[in-house]
Parts: sequence; C-alpha cells; structure tokens
Amino acid sequence: MVLLLIVSLPFIGSLCAALLPANARNAEAWLAGIIALAVTLLAACQYPQLAVEGVLRLDLPWSPTLGLDFQLRMDGFAWLFTLLVALIGLLVVIYARYYMSPADPVPRFFSFFLAFMGAMLGVVLSGNLLQLAMFWELTSLVSFMLIAYWHHRSDARTGARMALIVTGTGGLALLAGVLLIGHIVGSYDLDAVLAASGEIKAHPWYPAIVALVALGALTKSAQFPFHFWLPHAMAAPTPVSAYLHSATMVKAGVFLLARLWPVLAGSDLWFWLIGGAGLLTLLIGGYLALFQNDLKGVLAYSTISHLGLITLLLGMNSELALVAAVFHMVNHATFKASLFMAAGIVDHETGTRDINRLSGLYRAMPITATLALVAAAAMAGVPLLNGFLSKEMFFAETVFLGRPEWQRLLLPVAATLAGMLSVAYSLRFIHQVFFGQPTADLPHQPHDPARWMLLPSALLVAACLLVGILPGATVGPYLRTATDALLGPAAPAYSLAVWHGLNLPLYMSVTALFGGFMLYLPCIGRKNERIPLLGRFDGKKIFNRLLVMVMNRSGWLLGYLTSTRLQTQILVILLVALGGSLLPFADGLLLFGNAPLTAPDPAFALLWIVGAVCAVAAAWQAKLHRLAALILAGGAGLATSLTFVWFSAPDLALTQLAVEVVTAVLILLGLRWLPPRDARFQTGQEAPRVHLRRLRDGFLALAGGGGLAALTYAMLTRPAVDGIAPFFVEQALPQGGGLNVVNVILVDFRGFDTFGEITVVAIVALTVYALLRRFRPAPESLARPEQQREQGSPPGSGAPDLKASLPVGDLMLPAVLVRLLLPLALVISVFFLLRGHNAPGGGFVGGLVFATALILQYIVSGTQWVEARLRILPLYWMAGGLLAAAAAGIIGAAFGNPGGAPFLTAQSWHGSLPLVGDIHLSTVLLFDVGVYLLVVGATVLMLVAIAHQSLRGLHRDPSRDAGGSA
Amino acid sequence: MELIFSLAVGVMAASGIYLILRPRTFQVIIGLSLLAYAVNLFIFGMGRLKLAMPPVINPAQGSNPALYTDPLPQALVLTAIVIGFATTALFLVVLLAARGFSGTDHVDGREPEGK
Repeated sequence: MVLLLIVSLPFIGSLCAALLPANARNAEAWLAGIIALAVTLLAACQYPQLAVEGVLRLDLPWSPTLGLDFQLRMDGFAWLFTLLVALIGLLVVIYARYYMSPADPVPRFFSFFLAFMGAMLGVVLSGNLLQLAMFWELTSLVSFMLIAYWHHRSDARTGARMALIVTGTGGLALLAGVLLIGHIVGSYDLDAVLAASGEIKAHPWYPAIVALVALGALTKSAQFPFHFWLPHAMAAPTPVSAYLHSATMVKAGVFLLARLWPVLAGSDLWFWLIGGAGLLTLLIGGYLALFQNDLKGVLAYSTISHLGLITLLLGMNSELALVAAVFHMVNHATFKASLFMAAGIVDHETGTRDINRLSGLYRAMPITATLALVAAAAMAGVPLLNGFLSKEMFFAETVFLGRPEWQRLLLPVAATLAGMLSVAYSLRFIHQVFFGQPTADLPHQPHDPARWMLLPSALLVAACLLVGILPGATVGPYLRTATDALLGPAAPAYSLAVWHGLNLPLYMSVTALFGGFMLYLPCIGRKNERIPLLGRFDGKKIFNRLLVMVMNRSGWLLGYLTSTRLQTQILVILLVALGGSLLPFADGLLLFGNAPLTAPDPAFALLWIVGAVCAVAAAWQAKLHRLAALILAGGAGLATSLTFVWFSAPDLALTQLAVEVVTAVLILLGLRWLPPRDARFQTGQEAPRVHLRRLRDGFLALAGGGGLAALTYAMLTRPAVDGIAPFFVEQALPQGGGLNVVNVILVDFRGFDTFGEITVVAIVALTVYALLRRFRPAPESLARPEQQREQGSPPGSGAPDLKASLPVGDLMLPAVLVRLLLPLALVISVFFLLRGHNAPGGGFVGGLVFATALILQYIVSGTQWVEARLRILPLYWMAGGLLAAAAAGIIGAAFGNPGGAPFLTAQSWHGSLPLVGDIHLSTVLLFDVGVYLLVVGATVLMLVAIAHQSLRGLHRDPSRDAGGSA
Repeated sequence: MELIFSLAVGVMAASGIYLILRPRTFQVIIGLSLLAYAVNLFIFGMGRLKLAMPPVINPAQGSNPALYTDPLPQALVLTAIVIGFATTALFLVVLLAARGFSGTDHVDGREPEGK
C-alpha cells in the first residue's frame, strides 16, 4: 500500500493545488513541499525491507479477464530513482517558491509540477510495461504544459509543441515496442519480461523491438538526432528545467534502457544503435554547448552531452558500464539541477541570461558563484567531486571495451575529447559569468538571493562533495542495491574509490582537464555569433520543415480523400452502403422465400398508390413548391401511419399520427425563414452538368429504393424467426404487469433505453432552444409575409390587442373552439397516458397530443396573446419529466429485493383509498409520467422557440424599436 | 400485401435518397423524412405482416406468442419515430441558423461557383 501512496500522493496534491486561489504562493509551496517530503520519507522507509526482500510489489486487479492489473514494483534501481525524483522535487519546490514571481499563476505551476512528480514516479515504479508506457506519455503531456507555462510567449509555445511532438512520437514507438514484447512474452509483467530475456533475444522481432524501444528512449532523453527539442524546452521556468529537463524526465529514456538492459542488451545491433547514438550525442552536445550564449542553453546542451555519455555506457554491452551509467545518472542529476538553479538565480537577480552581457558577478553574489563553481567543477570532472568518479569509470570502460581493435582505439580518444569539451564549456560558464570585470550594464543590480533560495542548490553541492570524497560511505550501498536489482547474480564486483592508482583512465582525466583549459583559451572574450561547422544543421529548422511538409501533404491527401461538400459526402455514403449491401450476395443471389403470403387487399393497394404518388411528388416539388412538398410528404406519412394500423401496430400508428402533426407545424413555422424561390430556378436554363447530376442521382435512388424493396420482399416471404419476441409476449403480464406488450417493453423491460432516449430528446430540445437564442433571421425575411398582408389585417396590427379576450375578425370562431379544446385535449392526453400500460397509448402519444393542443393556442391566438395569459415553462416540464423517470428508477432500485435491485426495477403497490376505491400504483406509471412530461416540455420548447422568431422579426421592424427575446 | 408493402418501402426510400442528394436544405429535410418513413416501415416489417393481431394481450386468450404479432420491432420503431421528430427539429433549426448566417439555403452554406 505504501507504493500506491507514493504514486498517488502527488496526483492528489496536484488536484488540491489546482483548487487553491491564484495568489496562494506560500500555501502552494507548503502543499507541494509537504507532499514531496512525504514521498521522500515513505520511499526512504522502504529501504530496509527492500534490502532484505529485493523486490516490493503491489498488484491491484483492474481488468482480470483481460489480464490487466495495476502493478507497482519497487526494486533497488526503482528505489534509487524514486528517491532521486522525490528529493530533487522537494528541493526544486523550495527553490520555485522564491523563483516564481507573485504575478505568475502559481496554482497551475504547482499543480502540473506535482502531476509530473506522480507521472514520473509512475514510470519508475510501474511493474507493467503497458502501464509504464502510459505514465511515460503522461510525463510528456505534463512537460508540454510546463514548458508552455508562460503561454503568452511564442518561444514557450513552439518549444512545448516541439517537445510534445518529439517525445510523444517516441512514446508511441515505445508503446509499439512494448506490444511486441508483450506478444512474445505473453505478459506485460516486468518480472515475466525480465525472465524471458533469452526468448526475446532469439526472436525474429528482436531488431524491431530494439529499434522501437530505442526510438522511445532516445527521443525522451534528447539523443541525437532527436536532441534539438531540449534546448527549446528551456523556455520553461527554470525550476521546470532543473527538475524535468535535466534531473528527472530526460532520465526516463536512459532509465528505461537500463531497466530493459538485461533483456535487450548484448547484441551488435544494441551496441551500434544505442552506443552510436550516445557517442554522437556526447560529442555534438559538448561541442554545441561551447558556443551557446544563453546560460540555460549551455546547460541544455551539456545535459544532452551527459545523457549521451550515459547512453553510450548503456550501449557498451558491459555490466560495469551499466554500473557507471546508473552512477552517472545520479551524479548528473545532482550537479546539473544545482547548476540550473544557479542559472535561474543569475537570471532572477540580473534580469538576463546572456553570457556575453554577464561578467564579474563573483563580487556581487559570492555564495551563488561559489556554489556554481563547485557544481561546474563536478560537471567538468574535477577530482574529489562526484562527476569525477563516474567519468573515471566511463574512461575505464572505454579502455577495456571488448570490441575490435579500431573501435578500442577510437573510443578512448573520443571519450577524452568529450571530456575536454566538458571542461571547456564548464570553464566558460563560470569564467564569463562570475569572473572578469563587473559590468554595470544589467537590467537589475545583482546580489545574492534569499537564503532559502540558495539552500536547495547548496544541499545539492554538498551532496556532490560528499559523494566525491567518500563515495563508498555515502552512495556505495545504495548503488550496489540498484545494480544488483538490475543485474541479479550477474552483477560485477567494483569498488567506488577516489584513488585507483596511476592508470590510463587517470591520465585521460588529466589530459581532459588540461586539454579543456587549452580549448577554452581561444574562446575567451569571443562573442559567438555563429557556431562553426555544425551551425548549419539546425534541428529546429529541419523539424519545422518536416512539420510543414507533413501538414501540406496531409492537406493534399485530405483534398483527395474527402470533400467539404455535403452532396459528395452523402453520395459516397450511399455508394458505400449500396456496395456493402451487395457483399452478402457474392455467393449467390438472394431468392424470394415461399412463406405463406397475406392476400392482397385492393384498399391497401389504393392506399399505397396514393402514398407512392405523394412521396414521388414530394421529391418532385421540394425545390420550388415547399408548402406543397410538405403537404405531400405528410400524405406519405399518413399512408405509413395507416399501414401501421393495418398490420396490428396501433401504438405506432398513434405515435406516427401525433408526430406527423407536430412535424408539419414545426416545418411550417420554419418555412417563413427560407429564402424566396429564386427566379433563375424557373427559367430551366441550368447547365447540362446539373441535368447529368440529377440523372445520376435518379439512378442511384432507383437502385437504393429497388434494392430495399427487394430486400423487404425477400424477408417478408420468409417465415419469421422466433427471436426474443416470445419472451416479451409471455412475460409482459406476469413480470411487467401490463397487457400492452409494446408499452411494457418501453417502460419496463427496456426502460433504461427509453430513459436514454428521452434524455436525447431533452438534449435536442435544449440545443434547438440554444441555437435559436442566437439566431438572427435573414433581413429580407423580416417583412410580414405576403399572406398576412393580403388578408388585410388592419394597419398597425403588428401589436395585437393583448387585453381583448377574443381576436376580432376571421379568427374569432377558431379561437373559441381551440380554447374549448385545450381542457379536452388535456383529458385525452392523460387518458392515453394512464391506459398506456394495458391498451394502445402511453407517455409518448399523450405528451404529443397535449403539446399539439398547446401549440394550437399559439397558432390561433398568437404568441403574445397566449404568453400574456398562460405561462408554460417547458424547461420545468422537461426537468420534471427527467426527474420523475429517474425517481422511478431509483425507487425501484432502492425498494427492490432486500439488498437493492438494478436501476429501474419495477415496483408496484396495491391498496385502497377512501372514496377512490381500489388503486394500483407502480413505478412504471411514474416512469411513463416522466416520459409524458418530457415529451410535452421538449415539443413545446422547440415549437415555441421557432415561433418566437417571428416575434423577433416584429420587434426589429423599424417602426417598433424594442428588443425582443426568445 | 407483402409485395405492395415492399414496393411502398422502395418508392419512399427512392424518393428520400433522391432528395437527400439535392443541394437545397429544404429538399434534404423532406428527403430525410421520407427516408425515415421507409426505414421505419422496413424495421417494422421485420416482425412480418400480421392482420388483427396487435401485441395487446387479450386476457381471454392468454399470452401465447403465436396469437400476437412481434412487439419488438414495434417498440424499436416507436422510439425511432420520436427520435426522428427530434432530429428533424434539430435539422430544421440548423438549417434556419445556417441560412441566417450564410444568406443561402445551399447545403454547403454557399452557392456553388459557375452558376
């Protein structure tokens, strides 16, 4: 459980940090600090147990049937990294408290900072490779958010995007590699994978796995040729650079390489791929670091170079090199984080990070300068500092490389050269910034910062010294546990000592120190405008060019593959549907069956002659005569409705009829806002292209319709299959307590579907309402429609008399009738609702009937008149409906069998009331009431929202200048 | 009866398909209605055509499944009808809003070039 706590605490802290107020700098820092401290202590306390047991595990079953567990696993190596992540996190939090300005939104910073800590701990402690890949991507995401923390700066945005694209792509490659490994091993469990080392190495997919995992690790650790993202990530606040981009996140790549080292290393491919990338990065990074003018730029390239060193060590296929790599990971984290802090302090106190502007700061800020000096010396590999030890181990490894002669000769030379570069840029960093003539030309007057801001850096420097002088007594045992965990019984013997006698590695170190000094001499006082030799190979430019190319190409491809035109899209959909429906007939044509048919009825034939004429005529007229087309489509709908009655579907017929009415009203209301028929349509002078298109669509329509007809006939001439229908018929009464099987299915057996459906209806109604709130009718539609003008309503009747009880004129009689109809309609709709369970009817039909009656009031009496008297609150109806339906479900669930029942389980209550007599109540009825209320509310809301548009038009009439609202 | 029913489905589907391929929004909305009728009838037809056997249980006859038509397609179609209404309303409003914004009732929000 402690493991789970270690991983989850930062995430919990991240949530809390996000909720604190924007200026709570201290509270945020305390929160983050306490969390980091807690994680550190928790991790540290695990060590005794770890030393005994070797591995601590926590498996939380997540999806056991898929073989997926949430697995945490801590061994010595993971422990070392956990401690590193937590401890440096703690120091950086303290530093960040003083670094961040009060104007910065700190909740965002600390929230993502803690989220990163959690993600990184997740990577380190994952006992499952898939899980590791997930946390891996999470660190990339959080890193993106942190680099872009000052998102008003364009360099921050581009840097963040570049980092995310490079590391995210690498993460995908890693995932692919992990999937391959999982396929070979049959499990993603890290222990199983480690045990299957031989199997993986012998597998034909081994090269692919190495390539994919390397792609993931090399991008993450900013290795050549993917190194270019790291310098651009320096746009992040310095604490982020210190923590993510030097000490921890970029170490994830080499961490993974070390983690999988026993499984993947040992081949030539590994040597050339990993070792080659490491060597190139080591040299190129060191070379470029020498020519940077930005303090953080120097540190970024030096980080790249040192990561290259670690990668090279990992690629050497030697156990001792692995030990050196792990040792250097820790050492580099300490001195580089400290140097970043120093760079941040200089930036903070002077206002610039330009090496050419800075000079002689030693006098103004002596403590900072001393700390930076020691840390830089560790970076350069000066004896008695931790960097020296791991660098010595590295030199020793290059000398004793078990490879052919020329490689054995070349590698020590390259290593010494890299050491010289490292010394040179460290010298330049210290000498130019802190020594020489003090300059007055600085944005701020420099001085040492608050003691607390120096403390983290000082502690790290102290660690460098301690480890450098007494390696065996400080880091020794922990390093031993870590390497034992990685290598098991194969772990080699080694000794961490400052003095190994006069040997070749020592000579190399001395050469590097002097050589570096000589290398730096010509650089003194030089301002680097351009980088010699490698200046032209700018990774950022190549990356951007690649990005532009990808975007152009995908745009080009998109232009080929898709169309923005709706007609083309529908055409493609139809063609695919047609083609797809032909596929099943590849084996043979669909023949009509021979089930007994129903005798044809001339009346039915007549009905469908009318219906077909209506449908075809609607298609014919829809362009020019919209009203006619609407009426004709309604005719086809009526024929459909009658067909439902004919073939024993009374519920459908009722619903279809009610929907027909409401739809007709709806579209009628919309007709007014469509553009008038254009004169040019009637001339018949269309391009031949248009005729051709119509002809093509006609054929397509015939094919689709004919196919559907054939399919229908083929199906109808076959006997029905006994599916699940008998169940519903048999169980409707005993289980559902209703005679109307369709209704029982809707409100009881499949009540949850219906619940979802009415929710959809509610959402659609709200969308309609929301869309219309912002809708502005086209100006030419604002005038009163022709019909209203022709009917000669009295001039100025834009404002109806709201006080009059009845409209004057032709509408007086309909108004009386319609008002009388309202209570009747209400009674009928409730009647439909109540009887729905046992006879045709139900909430849908009832609701539609009542909504129609309400709309009639609007149509006949006018919107303003109705709303002056009758306040219908459709939103309340809808809310009430949803609540009633949900309540029915919850009541059913709560009072079901002892111990509860599933949501929407029907419950009923029999009893008798005085006066009323016997009564039967059930949650099913409550559910149907909910449906009823919702349908009334949604329908009225939609129709009234559209109806209000004409009011808006009225208000916008120039003669009446009042604001309208719907 | 089956043949008439099938032809009815075919004719409505053909009219609907023709209309949804047309360039004016109103044509598309009518086309969708017609296509919805056709598809609803098609699904309804899955339960086969039965005369005078509504799925309302007659207590005198008992609940022998052979005596009633298949209620399942009916339940499906009933919800489809209501959802169809809702989407028609939504589409109508989108159509109106698009017309308000773009000044045209072409489905692509602009008149095609060259006309």
